[in-house]
Amino acid sequence: MKSFNYKTATSTKEAIKLFSGRSAFLAGGMTLLPAIKLRLAAYSDLINIKKIKGLSGIRASSKSLKIGSAITHAAVASSKEVIKSIPSLALLADGIGDPQVRNRGTIGGSIANNDPAADYPAACLALNATIHTNKRKIPADKFFKGMFETDLKKGELIEAIEFEVPEKSSYTKFPNPASRYAIVGVYIAKLKKEIRVAVTGVESCVFRCKKIEKALTDNFSESSIDNINISSNGFNSDIHASAEYRAHIIKVMAKKAVSTC
Amino acid sequence: MVSLIGSKIERKEDKKFLTGKGRYTADINLVNQTYAYFVRSPHARAKILNVNITKASKSPGVVKIFTGEEIASEKIGGLIAGWKIVSQDGKDMKVPNHPPLAKHAVNYVGDHVAIVIAETLEQAKNAAELVDVSYKIHKAVVNTADAMQSEAIYEGIDQNLCFDFILGDKRKTEDSFSSADKIVKLDLRNNRLIPNAMEPRACIGDYNSSSDELTLYTTSQNPHLSRLVLSAFGGIHPEHKFRVVAPDVGGGFGSKIYAYAEDAVAAWASKKIERPVKWVAERSESFLSDCHGRDHITHVELAIKNDGKIIGLKVDTIANIGAYASLFATVTPTYLYAPLILGLYDIPTAFINVKAVFTNTAPVDAYRGAGRPEATYLIERIVHKAANEIGMDQAEFRRKNFIKKFPHQQCLVHNIDSGDYVAHLDKALEISDYKNFENRKSESAKKGKLRGLGFSTYIEACGIAPSAVVMSIGCGVGLWESAEVRFNATGNVTVFSGAHSHGQGHDTTFAQIVGDRLGVPMESIDVVHGDTDKGPFGMGTYGSRSLAVGGSAIAKACDKIIEKGKKVAAHMLEGKPEDIDFKDGDFILKNSNKKKTIAEVAFACYLPGQFGEIKSPLPPGVEPGLKETSFYDPVNFSFPAGTHICEVEVDQNTGETQVVKYTAVDDFGTIINPMIVEGQVHGGIAQGIGQALYENGHYDESGQLITASYMDYTMPRADNFPQIKVDYTTTPATSNPLGSKGCGEAGAIASPPAVMNAVIDAIGADVSMPATAEKVWNAIKKNDYKKSAA
Ligand SMILES: Cc1cc2nc3c(=O)[nH]c(=O)nc-3n(C[C@H](O)[C@H](O)[C@H](O)COP(=O)(O)OP(=O)(O)OC[C@H]3O[C@@H](n4cnc5c(N)ncnc54)[C@H](O)[C@@H]3O)c2cc1C
Repeated sequence: MKSFNYKTATSTKEAIKLFSGRSAFLAGGMTLLPAIKLRLAAYSDLINIKKIKGLSGIRASSKSLKIGSAITHAAVASSKEVIKSIPSLALLADGIGDPQVRNRGTIGGSIANNDPAADYPAACLALNATIHTNKRKIPADKFFKGMFETDLKKGELIEAIEFEVPEKSSYTKFPNPASRYAIVGVYIAKLKKEIRVAVTGVESCVFRCKKIEKALTDNFSESSIDNINISSNGFNSDIHASAEYRAHIIKVMAKKAVSTC
Repeated sequence: MVSLIGSKIERKEDKKFLTGKGRYTADINLVNQTYAYFVRSPHARAKILNVNITKASKSPGVVKIFTGEEIASEKIGGLIAGWKIVSQDGKDMKVPNHPPLAKHAVNYVGDHVAIVIAETLEQAKNAAELVDVSYKIHKAVVNTADAMQSEAIYEGIDQNLCFDFILGDKRKTEDSFSSADKIVKLDLRNNRLIPNAMEPRACIGDYNSSSDELTLYTTSQNPHLSRLVLSAFGGIHPEHKFRVVAPDVGGGFGSKIYAYAEDAVAAWASKKIERPVKWVAERSESFLSDCHGRDHITHVELAIKNDGKIIGLKVDTIANIGAYASLFATVTPTYLYAPLILGLYDIPTAFINVKAVFTNTAPVDAYRGAGRPEATYLIERIVHKAANEIGMDQAEFRRKNFIKKFPHQQCLVHNIDSGDYVAHLDKALEISDYKNFENRKSESAKKGKLRGLGFSTYIEACGIAPSAVVMSIGCGVGLWESAEVRFNATGNVTVFSGAHSHGQGHDTTFAQIVGDRLGVPMESIDVVHGDTDKGPFGMGTYGSRSLAVGGSAIAKACDKIIEKGKKVAAHMLEGKPEDIDFKDGDFILKNSNKKKTIAEVAFACYLPGQFGEIKSPLPPGVEPGLKETSFYDPVNFSFPAGTHICEVEVDQNTGETQVVKYTAVDDFGTIINPMIVEGQVHGGIAQGIGQALYENGHYDESGQLITASYMDYTMPRADNFPQIKVDYTTTPATSNPLGSKGCGEAGAIASPPAVMNAVIDAIGADVSMPATAEKVWNAIKKNDYKKSAA
């Protein structure tokens, strides 16, 4: 690990002020610190944002659920508000990594990082989330841009993620047996206006599967997924799962998600 | 007094381990210590054109950088293969030089190129980035199956062939095959495993120039053996001025048997710079450069009669031993493997050929079970297939072919002294509720799951090993074990063992043996190991040998203590030594109520003169002190055996496999501490399930290790295992005074075929290890296709 300065901000303003060209915001550190230790990344300053009060609330209304960016996965998993308004989101958080990771890692860190196999990005897309930053509000559809790439500008801080409360929803994950990240994760949400299906783990970036969305809009049932043909073109292929296998598993997971919606 | 043998005594060592007070090599920090970081090869196979350290040497904090050049010019010897194998043409095996730092060429990703020593670890790493190595990259040889057809890695080693080994009678075996009613064939792969001990390797070289003493702290399973190898072959330092300390060690599984390049270089470098040199592996370095395990490709054929009797076995194996021949790399796929292919069956004829090949991958050496898991896997897989093909029940097919009379001379090597295979089979059938399997299968089917059941009836050869036997077949050392039992004047006991505990619980088990033999309370016994300056030379811990061989040495030393004690007690009690009985810690004069406790006798031994009331207790000619040493050399291997029965559920939609029921009934001979044994069995089975379903060391075509972290190498976790039912049957070993056979590797040896046979039973198709979800799903698909085509 190359040494760096460690600073703690107590407000969003302070965090932005402390940020310079070679800084990074430090949330749970579950992704950032390993990268630094492995010498894949180096920064002059790490700015701890976990002490910022404004980033740690959970607020639910009948229409939306707003979660502060510094909220840990464990807190989401056990939050009464979350369990009540979007239970599938609490279950998703409960299935991230292991207890240590869940007690350190944050929702903001997860989506800012946008790992192609992370779980939260699928929730954001399926639940038509809005990402609130210190500068603007970004719809999830525009936020996730590519592998580890988001719409965030340098020094832009995520403050909260606001999810639309669906009529019903479910997330099913086929975990990588080694890392337990998603080989395939399918989030299905029946929203007021539309049905959304987000898939993670399969391409370089989370995406909406329009074919399944259409099939479920026509007929919200497991059997309507049977006849869909998912092309594996452009899907990831690695030692854990070939592209074809991923294409197959998307359907298996989607059916499971429909049945548990 | 209740016997300590067979008691579930809590492990004495657990308190320190569970409260974080273990003292591992990485916990040791010495005054004026420096930190080392190794520059490693990023290429699987390349010539080293130049190593430029000019810039790196000027990096802040750098103390010194050494390359293969200095190592070579100082005549530091290479790392050795300790067992010479002779090929079928009568020629000795061929092995390349293995310098601790490469000079001319690197041969696997992670191979050592230079050591950077600095004031801090960060400075060492910063400087290591500046070491400029120019390579000329060559095409790597990676695959086990194609290695012999690939370009030779080393000059003078044609076909990358280390040796071409045979065992058995070819003609007799062919005769059996020609009289067979049925020949069953199978192609198998024994996947490469990466050991992953919880504590990564570490070492500190510490040279004291005033006394010319060199101390090496290292994560070793056998500090004495490491010292011998580094001294005699490495030329690092003379043995009498060289101390090797292996303090608490967090797991080894074989991977910490060997003296590694890092040990040799850190020790040597500390002499050069006259400061302590500390190196601690990062997990990624462990993945790349700890010795890996297994990696065989095997074709096996079994000749049977219509009634199910096995009459012959033929095996062809290619064993990948990686880039260099590590210490036990050549014995693992030969003498630890080939004799065991017969399993616990009465097979009259067998022939095996093993070709060991070099590849540009990490060296492969003994890993929990070492050769015996590979042997058990092939015999248990082919037996499963044979029973299926002739339509016999798996249990009955095995029962029919079991060895039933002991001692039994097998047709290859081993003379099996004792066992009762029907007993553990029957017990396992009972405990696993075998007869109701079909009900459980229908229950699983209701959940959409395919359920399968697999057997593994196994044998292994432990208690390694009778020195005369192993030395006659190429072993460079004897494999006896030493012990010293020392009574202190105040009546407590210090036991020195040449074996080493790195998770096995010797502090407890060995104390139980001494407590039982000498009648001394457990809390008055301390077991010391892991330091060449304490206790006699010993061979260390591997091959499930510590109890059968090391424990026997302790028992023998205790017997000598009693013998001397009787002489002294006789003098004290005014009787004759032959009239003294020893029982539960008391020396009793026959037909009298006169006795002395062993503590009193010990005290007397240390105060031989006249002192006030105390009269000299020592009879004339008897030396003072009470301390005995034993070097125990076993007369035979020991042969643990057992029956494991596994049940799995397979999700047809995804191919995911879950082990849902596991029963192990083992015969380990005499058991000293059943709780420790149960832990060993659990751990071994966990590793075996890991091999069968999850773990796989995978190199890509260019020789890059793809599974180089826990992101890709699937270490199984608690939720991958069911509750494991463990039970025992007992036939004592006749080859050692304790009657113990060894239990450390059994789980890892027995379980892979039990799991795989269950998977194959569930899906009705063959699949290779590890049976990952996608592979199983593909096998189901292909099988469905075959079914519908038929
Ligand atoms: C062993 C392990 C297993 C895991 N398993 C899973 C899994 O199964 N599923 C899954 O989805 N994830 C998994 N993760 C990742 C985990 O969810 C991480 O916590 C997450 O990716 C990063 O969150 P963090 O709070 O630790 O962020 P950090 O590591 O602190 O930061 C990550 C990145 O985000 C930036 N950042 C952090 N907060 C903000 C913010 N508010 N605004 C702008 N930028 C910000 C940082 O600057 C940094 O670049 C796993 C991680 C580990 C170590």
